[in-house]
Amino acid sequence: MFDDRSPIYRQIADRIKDDVLRGVLTDDQQVMSTNQYAAYYRINPATAAKAFQQLVDEGVIYKRRGVGMFVSAGAQRRLRDRRRERFFGEVLEPMIAEARTLGIPVADIVARIHQLTSPGDGR
Amino acid sequence: MITTTDLCVRYGETTALDALDLDLTPGRIYGLLGRNGAGKTTLLATLAGFRKPSAGRVLLDGEPVFENPRATSRICLIREDGGLGDGIDRLGDILDMARALRKTHDQGYAAALLDRFGLSRRQTLGSLSRGQRSAFGIVVGLASRAPLTMFDEAHLGMDAPGRRIFADELLADYVAHPRTFLLSTHLIEEQSPLFEQVLILHRGRLLLREDVDDLRTRGVAVTGPAALVDDFVTGLTVLGERSLGPTKEVTVYGALAEPDREAARLHGLQLGPVAVQDLFIHLTGGV
Repeated sequence: MFDDRSPIYRQIADRIKDDVLRGVLTDDQQVMSTNQYAAYYRINPATAAKAFQQLVDEGVIYKRRGVGMFVSAGAQRRLRDRRRERFFGEVLEPMIAEARTLGIPVADIVARIHQLTSPGDGR
Repeated sequence: MITTTDLCVRYGETTALDALDLDLTPGRIYGLLGRNGAGKTTLLATLAGFRKPSAGRVLLDGEPVFENPRATSRICLIREDGGLGDGIDRLGDILDMARALRKTHDQGYAAALLDRFGLSRRQTLGSLSRGQRSAFGIVVGLASRAPLTMFDEAHLGMDAPGRRIFADELLADYVAHPRTFLLSTHLIEEQSPLFEQVLILHRGRLLLREDVDDLRTRGVAVTGPAALVDDFVTGLTVLGERSLGPTKEVTVYGALAEPDREAARLHGLQLGPVAVQDLFIHLTGGV
């Protein structure tokens, strides 16, 4: 369920962020409790709580005392902005480096991108 | 909760626990890891008051535990060899005894757990398989609701479904009735997500105590051409190394600073995480 190599709390936080990004969790929607997450994933509740604390610190969720955790207004947009910033560094640059190793000309890549994103393609 | 100070336990010439200082905070689930013969069983038996320290002290909320019923009534240890009764004893009678001995014991919960593990009060202890005996130990241990509950390899001989029931019940009952658990195990990857902290015992001493999630970031595996790897790891804490032809993988302990990571990337070295179990093997002397 989790890879056994990176902190579990970070993997849980990433999953919740993915849910917000994809719109599965929306503004002001209540998030399952730490104990529900702990039981579902069979992890220590303190680990789940750590994930939630990270999300609070990042402004993705907020706490209503005695009620629970909710998705912050605008969280989806902020997460999207952050991921966009990282896109070029983490996705595009390694791709170009790999293409260079394989001897693929930049023009071929650009042509394929145009092909994949051309209107009428349905993507 | 429970503290040990300078705790020593010796068996003749053998030192099982060597000047151990330990302090467990209430309301947490701790994992106790160690190789065979590291002293885990002795530590648990001594914390439970089954064994007298050769030197040093064990205090539960400030009171000595050895020969002190007031302390031991708040501690439950399920030993791997059972020790719950004789072969002819019926499970129901053992549970009734447990209830008589311990105010916190919940017989309704015990009945529900028996049911989950497919056991019945009428069965005798002697008729159970190894895994069923472990399951019954889990029933007794969880239903005790003792403020300090310890399992010495609770899951010994249990099948995968049984171990999953254990994990589910442990977490659910821990949330509903917070208390301190100390669980020894050799199934590190499977069990470690249940723990908040792990204690690694090695040769009778506490080698490491750390949040299990932090432990997952402690090791780095550096892989690449042997000469470059050797160069890179100079001055770092090397835990182990393996070679495959011209390629070498070295496991180092401790987080790498960003400049080091950058240098590794520049030299084309791969940096990978190290699983808790691998870290455990390396920290306790490798194979």
